Amino acid sequence: MAWLVPVALLVLWQWTAQSGFLASRILPAPLAVIEAAFDLARKGELLQHIGVSFARAVCGFLVGGGIAFALGLLNGVSRTSETLLDTTVQMIRNIPHLALIPLVILWFGIGEEAKVFLVALGVFFPIYINTYHGMRTVDPGVIEMGRVYGLGPAALFWQILLPGALPSILIGVRFALGVMWLTLIVAETIASDAGIGYMAMNAREFMQTDVVVFSVLLYALLGKLADATARLAERRWLQWHPNYAHGREGA
Amino acid sequence: MTAAGVRLEITDLGKRFGSRMVLGGVNLKVEAGEFVAVIGRSGCGKSTLLRLVAGLEQPTMGRIYLDGRLSRGLDPTVKVMFQDERLLMWKRVLDNVALGLGGKDRERAQRVLAQVGLAERAGDWPRMLSGGQRQRVALARALVNQPRLLLLDEPLGALDALTRLEMQRLIEQLWQVNGFTALLVTHDVQEAVALCDRVVLIEQGRPSLDMPVNLPRPRVRSSPHFAALVGEILERVMSGTEAPLKSGRTVPASGRETT
Ligand SMILES: Nc1ncnc2c1ncn2[C@@H]1O[C@H](COP(=O)(O)OP(=O)(O)OP(=O)(O)O)[C@@H](O)[C@H]1O
Ligand SMILES: [Mg+2]
Repeated sequence: MAWLVPVALLVLWQWTAQSGFLASRILPAPLAVIEAAFDLARKGELLQHIGVSFARAVCGFLVGGGIAFALGLLNGVSRTSETLLDTTVQMIRNIPHLALIPLVILWFGIGEEAKVFLVALGVFFPIYINTYHGMRTVDPGVIEMGRVYGLGPAALFWQILLPGALPSILIGVRFALGVMWLTLIVAETIASDAGIGYMAMNAREFMQTDVVVFSVLLYALLGKLADATARLAERRWLQWHPNYAHGREGA
Repeated sequence: MTAAGVRLEITDLGKRFGSRMVLGGVNLKVEAGEFVAVIGRSGCGKSTLLRLVAGLEQPTMGRIYLDGRLSRGLDPTVKVMFQDERLLMWKRVLDNVALGLGGKDRERAQRVLAQVGLAERAGDWPRMLSGGQRQRVALARALVNQPRLLLLDEPLGALDALTRLEMQRLIEQLWQVNGFTALLVTHDVQEAVALCDRVVLIEQGRPSLDMPVNLPRPRVRSSPHFAALVGEILERVMSGTEAPLKSGRTVPASGRETT
């Protein structure tokens, strides 16, 4: 039943476009979009553009997310590091990273570094904040218990702090994945010589609305894929968590 | 088992939080293998006393000796059972019990888990257990380390009456088998009399009553001796609380602020 309305809309869209009621320059028919997709795939362009965008996303995510994760952990365990660095990070957070695009283009040109840098910056804050917050909000009673049971600093970190912070960290990751795609779309659309955004902008110049629409759908699909991956990670690593438990196992 | 009870000696122990003196001049001796209850009004410093003995707090003054040896901080032979069970939600039941054993002694962990009646729940997540079962896991976790002194801070406070009775019996049995020294903080005078060799009442920051419980085990709650002893202790506890309560009632609220 939930699919009834979307399917009806799709049929309506196809029908209005086919009957010429909706100019294909405004919005091509769904079938035309699919045809354009097959066309691109056959020419081998599609895979190449997706590959470029994907590589940028992963690269930026790993760099920005990795640094943010490490810094979040560090500020989560060390008070000294927290007083030294946290305020600074919170201050920089107030700058919208997309506002830096002109500056970033000045620094890096329109090459790969610019996009990776922007994605890394965008991904940094959600992961940093949630890692740090997760570490800081682990129940002190449980940490105390760990000390009573003879856990050293390393064991406390691996067995209590990190797993205790994991739900919060994964929330950060999921949020960061959303920011990652958004940043990439904006950066690729503004200045690029390859990638999905470039494909769309290029098609716009030749009035290939079907390719433009397909690019939009492609972004949506990849975003969905990233989200599903994050969900999968949550299911796998947070089985123990009451909020993520699906169904009741055992008895 | 190799672990026998430790002799605990507390001399002139005091603890101050900021300007508030919570405990002062606490002197207490607990023989090896003895089971002692600590009771008192809420906020009188029972948990603080236990945390000092555990080494989780540093005393402002006084000393704590374990087997005549001055205790400084955490001691591997002392284990604590808290009111909230403090299980690691991300570890399976057996791994919770085996915490601090260093991985190898999982067989022993499994054996102790069986002793508390949860052998078949070893692979479950803690979230799948009831409150009483979680508390039993916490008990197993304490016992698997073969403590020579077990500190219990109202471990049964959150349980329903029936589960409480069951847990009390379990704790008594395991204490008899293992021979550790036990210090139990409780609100429940019945519980104190049912389990302990002595009941210590804390008032105004120090023990004000030290009552031996000379009833044969297992103790029968319906026996007149039992009821008489519970009554006597309760009366003693209440007489300590009556004075401030009465003055609180008779003096009007506005009058109290000016004095
Ligand atoms: N870390 C702390 N900092 C400041 N004050 C504290 C701290 N811990 C305890 N206190 C104070 O010490 C007093 C005794 O606390 P404690 O927890 O030992 O009481 P208790 O006898 O265990 O009470 P209850 O029966 O309610 O558990 C209280 O007034 C409490 O406010
Ligand atoms: Mg207490």
